[in-house]
Parts: sequence; C-alpha cells; structure tokens
Amino acid sequence: MSVKSTSVKPITARAPSFLQAVGAVVRKDLASEFRSRELLSAMFLFALLVILIFNFALELNARERGEITAGVLWVTFVFAGQLGLNRSMAIEKDRNCLDGLLLAPVDRSAIYFGKMLANLLFMLIVEAIVLPIYSILYNVNLFHPGLILVIILGSLGYVTIGTLLATMAVYARTRDILLPILLFPVVVPLLIAAVRASSAFLQNLSMEFVWPSLNLLIVFNLIFIAVSYMTFDFIVEE
Amino acid sequence: MIEVRKLIKRFGLKYVLRGLDFEVEQGEFVALIGPNGAGKTTFLRILSSLSRPSMGEVMLAGYRLPHQAAAVRSQLGVLSHQPLLYGDLSAEENLTFFGRMYAVSDLETRIGEVLELVGLKKRRRDLVRTFSRGMQQRLAIGRSVIHDPQILLLDEPYTGLDQDASSMLDDVLKAVTAEGRTVVMTSHDLARAADLASRFDILSRGVIAASALHADIPPDGLLAFYRRTINQEEEPALVS
Repeated sequence: MSVKSTSVKPITARAPSFLQAVGAVVRKDLASEFRSRELLSAMFLFALLVILIFNFALELNARERGEITAGVLWVTFVFAGQLGLNRSMAIEKDRNCLDGLLLAPVDRSAIYFGKMLANLLFMLIVEAIVLPIYSILYNVNLFHPGLILVIILGSLGYVTIGTLLATMAVYARTRDILLPILLFPVVVPLLIAAVRASSAFLQNLSMEFVWPSLNLLIVFNLIFIAVSYMTFDFIVEE
Repeated sequence: MIEVRKLIKRFGLKYVLRGLDFEVEQGEFVALIGPNGAGKTTFLRILSSLSRPSMGEVMLAGYRLPHQAAAVRSQLGVLSHQPLLYGDLSAEENLTFFGRMYAVSDLETRIGEVLELVGLKKRRRDLVRTFSRGMQQRLAIGRSVIHDPQILLLDEPYTGLDQDASSMLDDVLKAVTAEGRTVVMTSHDLARAADLASRFDILSRGVIAASALHADIPPDGLLAFYRRTINQEEEPALVS
C-alpha cells in the first residue's frame, strides 16, 4: 500500500531564504565566539608561538628572511586555522547542536556556507593580528596588496575544504587526530600555490611569475566550493 | 498528519526498523513505548529527517520524506533529552537564532511569548550554560515551538529531570499540545505517558507490535498492556 499524497493537504511551509540562513549561522557563530573567545584566543596564541619559535630557531640574515617569509607565514596560518576548524565543529557536536541546525527548514548547504564564512572571518582576524607582529619580529614589510589578496584567496580555499572535512571528522571519536590527517594532504596543492604567489609578491617579481600560482588558487577555490556545496548534505545525513 | 508505510531502516546488516506502519491523525498525542533498542529513537530521527529511510514511505503534514525534507522540517518541532542549545548564548539569543532559521515573523514578540510559556522570562539574558538541566529543557521546549509547528516529536524528554522539572515540563507540554498540535513522544515513563497521551503504540523489534487508545486502557492498565505485548513478542524468540 502506498501513501496517498492527497490524504493530507500540505500546510504552507515557512523558511528563510538561503542568504538569511547563512547570515543567521554567521551571526550566531560570531556572537558565541565573541562571548567565549575560545577559538580566537587559541588560534592567536598558537600562531604567535609558531612565529616566535621560527624566529629563534632560524637565525637568518635579511635576505634569507625575505625568502622564507611566505613559507613560515603559511605554516603558521595552516596550523592555527586547523585548531579553529576543529573547535568550530566540536562546538556544534558537543551539545548535539548540529542536530538542532539540521532540523531547520533550509537547504543544508546554507548551514555549511554559514559555518565556512564564520571560520573564514576568524582566520582572517587572526591573520590580521599576526601580520604586523611578524613584520616587526622579522623586519619584513608584509603590507603588499598582492600578498593580502593571496592570503584572502588561500584562506578561503583552506576553510572551504577544511569546514567540510571538519564536519566529516566531527562524527569520529578521534576527530582531533582525524582532521589534520584528512585535511593536510588535500590542501597541499593549494598551499604550494599560496606560498609561491606570496613569495613572488614579497620579492616584487613581475606578474608573469605570479599569475600561474594565482590562477591555481582561484581554480582550487572554485573546485573546493563546488565539491563542498554538492556533498555537505550527504555528509551530515545518517 | 503522519503516514508511514513499510518503513525499513538498516545500519549495515543490522535491521532496526522492519517494515513499520504508523499513522497519526491531526491533534493526536501518541506515546511510543518500547524496550531499549526497539528502534524508537531511530524512528523519530527518520520522522524528523535527520536520518534517511532505507526503504518505505514517510509523509508528514502532506509532504514526503526525504524529497520534501525542508518543507517537512518547517512543520516539525523536535525535543530530545539533549537540549540542542548553545551554552555561550543567552536564552534570548538562542531563541533569536532558531527563530531566524525558521523565518519567524515578529520574532521579538514571539520570543517574549515563548519565554513566558516556559517560565524563563526573568532569565532571558542569562547564558544557557548557567542554567540547570530542568531550565535548559524548558528552554529547549521553547526552541522546539518557536515557529509554532504543527507536529511535535519528543524523544525521551524527561530523561535526567528531577521531580519539579518534570512536572513543570508536564505543564508546558499540556499547554503546547492543548492547541491541537500532533505529538509523538517516546518514553520509558509509562505513568507520564498514560497521563499525557491519547494513544499508546508499542514499538518492539522494529515494528508497531500493539496499539491502544487511552479510552480503551483501564486506569493503571498501561503497564499490564505493555508487559503482555512485550512478552508475546519475546515468546517466539525464546522458542526458536
């Protein structure tokens, strides 16, 4: 016997628009984080420790400092960002709030984009604080518009795939270990492109050296966004 | 309001629901009772679109799952033993967030009404992590009805509540269900189920093994009805 679709007249559904749902998730994450400061403070302290350790471990002259800056910066961003990604999804899972989110009458990719944008904002805030500190410690000028663009594109790609993989990892008991194991191999090509583009901007190379890496960054961002949009619903559903 | 036909849910080789049929009319309060592992929570997770059925047909409020899941979710309020609330947000901020996720119009007024209903108006600006278990569960009721849903799914809502908090939850549930909402509640607390529900369905071994209306069960007769059904269900297993 099949269910008769006419047996109950559908009740008119109310649901927010895609952008309203994305905005609600972002605002919720920002309000929660600015109250607890758990995530930002952990990311910032970790980033600070990494650049201090590199500063003391590598005794570099001015030329060498310029050459390794891009690598040190991206290692710092990636490890600090991974802390944030892990925590961001753990907050949803610890009190089972993820179920509360998934019960909302919205396209579930809106929840993904809300979480991803909040993670991106947190990462950019930490990067904005770390850059001047790095500039002072290493005596390198980092305020180059091209470098800022690369940092935004690289961070976007990183949190795009990172948020998706953090959602996968959050269901596992070993989520803290699982996320870096899943994430780092996937983001290696993105990181190589980000480091090369950053390095080219810092060494004031002409745009013909920058474009290949910049294009690669843009392509990776598009691929990661498309994959995440298409798969998030399947990842969160039992 | 809820129609389920031949519902099967399996995890790997393990069948949790084995061709379950279930129907609820608008305004009914159905208590779904059964032993641990009978599939009650799995069934409610499928009804709430958190889990996908392996086979079978599920319709709520005229919408079919899983294809019209978002429309179904707009008609559902879900309350479980976990409050699904954010500890670092205040009671008001939690309701504001969930209200936005359901596109509730005139949200500020609605939040006031809901906080009044669950008796937390004076604590509206306090962080949820400072609330007792009972207060969190009351706020969770507020979260589940903020969008005025037609169907309420309650999964063991009394777990971990003390006597005072339980009777407060009773009052709140009676208030929210008095308005003609359809309710399905799983519970191990037969006395409470007998007090609240208009129908009792016993879920055992992945199917509805028996069903009875409140009027057909004598006072204090629910336990006997439950035991009789479960024992009948278990006998073939003992023989085989």
